[in-house]
Amino acid sequence: MLAIFWKETADHFGRRRSAMLLGLVMVGVVWGAFVDKTAIITGGTGFFYLDIFTTTSGVPLSLHAFIAFFGPIIGIALGFDAINGERTQGTLARILAQPVHRDSVYNGKFLAGLLTLSVAVFSMGVAVVGIGMFRLGVPPSGDEMVRLTGFGLIVVLYLAFWLALAMAASIFLRNAVASALMSLAGWIVLSIFVGFLATGVAERIVPDVQTADEALSRFNVETWIARASPSQVFSEATGILLDPIQGRVLGSLALVQPERLEGLLVSPVSAGQSLQLVWPHIVVLLAMVSTLLVVSYARFMREEIRA
Amino acid sequence: MSELLVEAEGLVKAYGDFRAVDGLDLHLAEGEVYGFLGPNGSGKSTTILMMLGLTEPTAGLIRVVGHDPTREPLDVKRLVGYLPESVGFYADLSGRENLMYTANLNRINRDDARMRIDELLDMVELTEARDQVTGQYSRGMRQRLGLADVLLKRPKVIILDDPTLGLDPAGIQWLLGLIEELTSTQGISVFLSSHQLHEVQRICHRVGIMSHGKLVLEGTVAELTEQTDAGGFGLLLEVAGGDESLLTTLSALPGVTSCQRTGAKIAIEGTQDVRAQATSAVVHAGAELLAASAENRTLEEIYLRYFQED
Repeated sequence: MLAIFWKETADHFGRRRSAMLLGLVMVGVVWGAFVDKTAIITGGTGFFYLDIFTTTSGVPLSLHAFIAFFGPIIGIALGFDAINGERTQGTLARILAQPVHRDSVYNGKFLAGLLTLSVAVFSMGVAVVGIGMFRLGVPPSGDEMVRLTGFGLIVVLYLAFWLALAMAASIFLRNAVASALMSLAGWIVLSIFVGFLATGVAERIVPDVQTADEALSRFNVETWIARASPSQVFSEATGILLDPIQGRVLGSLALVQPERLEGLLVSPVSAGQSLQLVWPHIVVLLAMVSTLLVVSYARFMREEIRA
Repeated sequence: MSELLVEAEGLVKAYGDFRAVDGLDLHLAEGEVYGFLGPNGSGKSTTILMMLGLTEPTAGLIRVVGHDPTREPLDVKRLVGYLPESVGFYADLSGRENLMYTANLNRINRDDARMRIDELLDMVELTEARDQVTGQYSRGMRQRLGLADVLLKRPKVIILDDPTLGLDPAGIQWLLGLIEELTSTQGISVFLSSHQLHEVQRICHRVGIMSHGKLVLEGTVAELTEQTDAGGFGLLLEVAGGDESLLTTLSALPGVTSCQRTGAKIAIEGTQDVRAQATSAVVHAGAELLAASAENRTLEEIYLRYFQED
């Protein structure tokens, strides 16, 4: 499997996709450079480095939202032709005629994608923090470092979901274009339409919102449906990690009834506690990735490989 | 010592109601070259896929180099080289890099692999193109690289799925010559599926003919000729000069059943190879031999006979 892993990794970093990865780092640099410094210093949570990822002042969209929305494209780009590309090229039969297990081919490719994503995500993170240090003049605190590392891991896991989705599509569909389109359709459905659907269904189930309880139950219905999408799980988890103050109440109450937060002692929770809060999200994302892997295996292991 | 490298008994592969391979019995002995013939869709490729565990048999038994390809695929693939029908390489890697990847997959250590790769590239006459990316290779070059790729692991058996497909005549001759050499010098057994009847006839020890998933005929070329009593030997000469006596001489050669002249062309039919005698007869008669082509049409006739029935 190692041979496949290294070959695929070399492919990702080599000719084909390096531009895309470089692009990701550039996004980090641009965001780090354009984020409004004074807004962070005067109006933020006091956690400067976390605010760089969540603020919308000075940039069209927070870096965190940018990753949530556009990150999937990178995962998809790394995986959409993983298996059917080899099939079209005529290399799949040749590789599988060598003494390697079929799952090694799949695993090698998946792990190579994962390594590539990790390198890209963490380089981007380092770029953002580096530029932040240059502009803000203070180093990130230990607490911030823990949160950012956790955030990085969740981003990798989130992108791994899209990688796995694209690889599954590349197994089920014979044509690389079809699997790319199918993955992109999955991306649009999961990151946009599930949200619409959740709102719509929640409005049907809880039609009147007069009292705070009703508002909360509508919100709950909406959230639970939306959680079918990894984007929602990702946004919640990173929201908690990147906002030590509001994150403690999962952001939900603050969203629906900000006045309820009045009188609450506004103090940040520790990174460890935030990590505890996102633990279920991490498990859910892992479960989503595993489901895709299992489905892909089940299909790929017994499939006929015609040249 | 002769050991069975491939044995199949009652092998069946069904896709829904359609039986692509239907109760096939097959044996390949060590050192043998086996020609696997049949029209498109007769189940040749499917049989080959089952030999490599690339698809699972529906019923029946198959063992390759003593192992079950479905349950112990690695034991099979370690010793069996497979050249797929349309072999592909990573277009952005050079010929050498492609082979190096195969070597890595076979866990051949790097230094050995390097030497072996250079040796094989030399054998398939790709030394000059070895650092070119395979995207620029011609069909024939890819096929030759495919052969090097198959031999890299030092296999006991090589399975070639229609290796001559899409090659030019010179390429076919070269490829078949190489296969012949491999079997005689390195003792590699070959299982070869093809449509090129003449060539199969030339290099195969035994042939099997598939039709509708069944092996309808099997044996050496001589045996098959007897079984079907078809054909014989055909020779076409192009001659300048020569008179009636030449035709008489030619007709008198052993086994010749008919001899006809139309213009410069003389067509000879017979039951055995009279190339040497016929050509020397032409020269002795004072005529000039412009061209000669021999056709041992036995297999083709057998083949046609079987497939016209459908």
